[in-house]
Amino acid sequence: VGVTIDRETVLRVAALAKLDLERDAVEVFRRQLQAVLEYVRILDSLEVGEILPAELPRAEGQPLREDDTRPCLPIQRALANAPDAALGHFRVPRVLPE
Amino acid sequence: MTEPADLSAAELAERIRGGDEGALRVTRSCLGRIQALDPQVRAFLTVNDRAQEEAWRLDRCRGQAPPATLDGVPVAVKDNILTRDLRTTCGSRILERFAPAGDATAVERLRAAGAVILGKTNLDEFGMGSSTENSAFGATRNPWDLGRVAGGSSGGSAAAVAAGMVPLALGSDTGGSVRQPAAFCGVVGLKPTYGRVSRFGLVAYGSSLDQIGPLGRTVRDVALVLTVIEGADPADATSSPVPGRDYVAACEDGVNGMRIGLPREYLGEGLDPEIERAVLGAAGRLEQHGAGTEEVSLPHTPYAISTYYLLATAEASSNLSRFDGVRYGLRAGDTGDLESLYRTTRGMGFGAEVKRRIMLGTYALSAGYRDAFYNTAQRARSVIRRDFSQVFGSGVDLLLTATTPTVAFRLGEKLDDPLAMYLSDVYTVTSSLAGLPALSVPVGLSAEGLPIGAQLIGPPFGEDRLFRAGAVIASMFGSPRPPLLPARPAGTGSG
Repeated sequence: VGVTIDRETVLRVAALAKLDLERDAVEVFRRQLQAVLEYVRILDSLEVGEILPAELPRAEGQPLREDDTRPCLPIQRALANAPDAALGHFRVPRVLPE
Repeated sequence: MTEPADLSAAELAERIRGGDEGALRVTRSCLGRIQALDPQVRAFLTVNDRAQEEAWRLDRCRGQAPPATLDGVPVAVKDNILTRDLRTTCGSRILERFAPAGDATAVERLRAAGAVILGKTNLDEFGMGSSTENSAFGATRNPWDLGRVAGGSSGGSAAAVAAGMVPLALGSDTGGSVRQPAAFCGVVGLKPTYGRVSRFGLVAYGSSLDQIGPLGRTVRDVALVLTVIEGADPADATSSPVPGRDYVAACEDGVNGMRIGLPREYLGEGLDPEIERAVLGAAGRLEQHGAGTEEVSLPHTPYAISTYYLLATAEASSNLSRFDGVRYGLRAGDTGDLESLYRTTRGMGFGAEVKRRIMLGTYALSAGYRDAFYNTAQRARSVIRRDFSQVFGSGVDLLLTATTPTVAFRLGEKLDDPLAMYLSDVYTVTSSLAGLPALSVPVGLSAEGLPIGAQLIGPPFGEDRLFRAGAVIASMFGSPRPPLLPARPAGTGSG
């Protein structure tokens, strides 16, 4: 399968990933993503028809901890790194248009 | 007299326990080395200004509790591992002023074992890179040649240990980020088995791959740290209860009767002949000590880089969605609405490589492409893992390879070519994909005087075997000392 990354694809992916890109960066990313995606097509030559996708490597035998309430971060501590906080909450700009 | 900064962690802990040395004097010696050399090397992002006080407190309290394993030993911590009230930036503008509310489990365990956290080391932003040039705060230089990279992403940790600023450091390894900088800087670096060390408090990059691992100047020191930080943790459901071993004792066990596999796909084409000779020299050393060596095959190795860069970036695209300018970190100024806040903050806060990987991962997971990229890579991961289980199932105890295809490259050499940079991980990503433990050990210097590393790969939870063979190899090559450091007085120093 051929892969062609055009400017619109870069902008669409950046929008999905919630990333603003500088105008000049779009072409650089387009070229670099194109090169990497062409390289990874080496996987097309791998016969994987019968093979199941890898499961996440999981530590075996780890018991789940008891479902007990435990102390958590105090509110002031949780808000200490917030760029903007008020009344014990994180404050954000308007979510819905006026 | 030997400077404390030049001693190994094991020697320091022993001297401090025996009353021949004090934690404060050791800490001051390391801080002196940082002050003298770090303006050139740039290994540290933050030096802990409470380190002397903490060391003083340890000296004051000595004798009131049973002696601890790392009593008074200074340790540096990669800056993507949380340290309570000590700035943790992940090498990113987006977390430039982030002060964690608590320690990572590995750090908590180090402190409980008496270690003094000396500071936070530089890294490629969020662990994404192989040279530490992707740090928002500037590149770390290789102590062996300041015009070359220290490797990455744990380049600050490796350079700090190599330059004698600390005897030990923690790094993190997703696709080689402990082993590759260890090889480039001439130190020992371990990626433990997936699950051996808790990741609680490690800022996630590729969650199915990430492991915290130690770096040191001796195999024994790295073994010592693993005994301290390993073990199940209720805060990390992927941490394993598989019991550990006495890794320090394993360093003395030798390799008599072991079967060492040399994977043919890792030799020859693409490998610097000087490095190949050094690795084969290490194989010869193991044979002299009673091990047998044999050629083995891991036939799906050529698929590993593609598999890794699709899976790691897919996971990164999800993990890094938490950086949104709301709960912590940078926030872009007046942006209007919430959606713009996310996009502007992330656009301003992330560097180019992080954006590139987030976009690559987002693309590989997006509708219409998921099957062709992400799902195919998960299948490739299965066959890569199967290669290893077949080799270890045939009775081979360990694999020996080069850690890197070349010695440390020049600063800037691969910065504009992400694919060339990704290919420098060719020998380390396979064991990451398979969740296996792997150790990089110095095996000499190139003709240009740059360190060469060999990699030992073990079966799951087979770290003790890595230390057995690693110690034998290290006894041949010792701990190389960069020319940047003042010469050791004759007849002193650690091996």
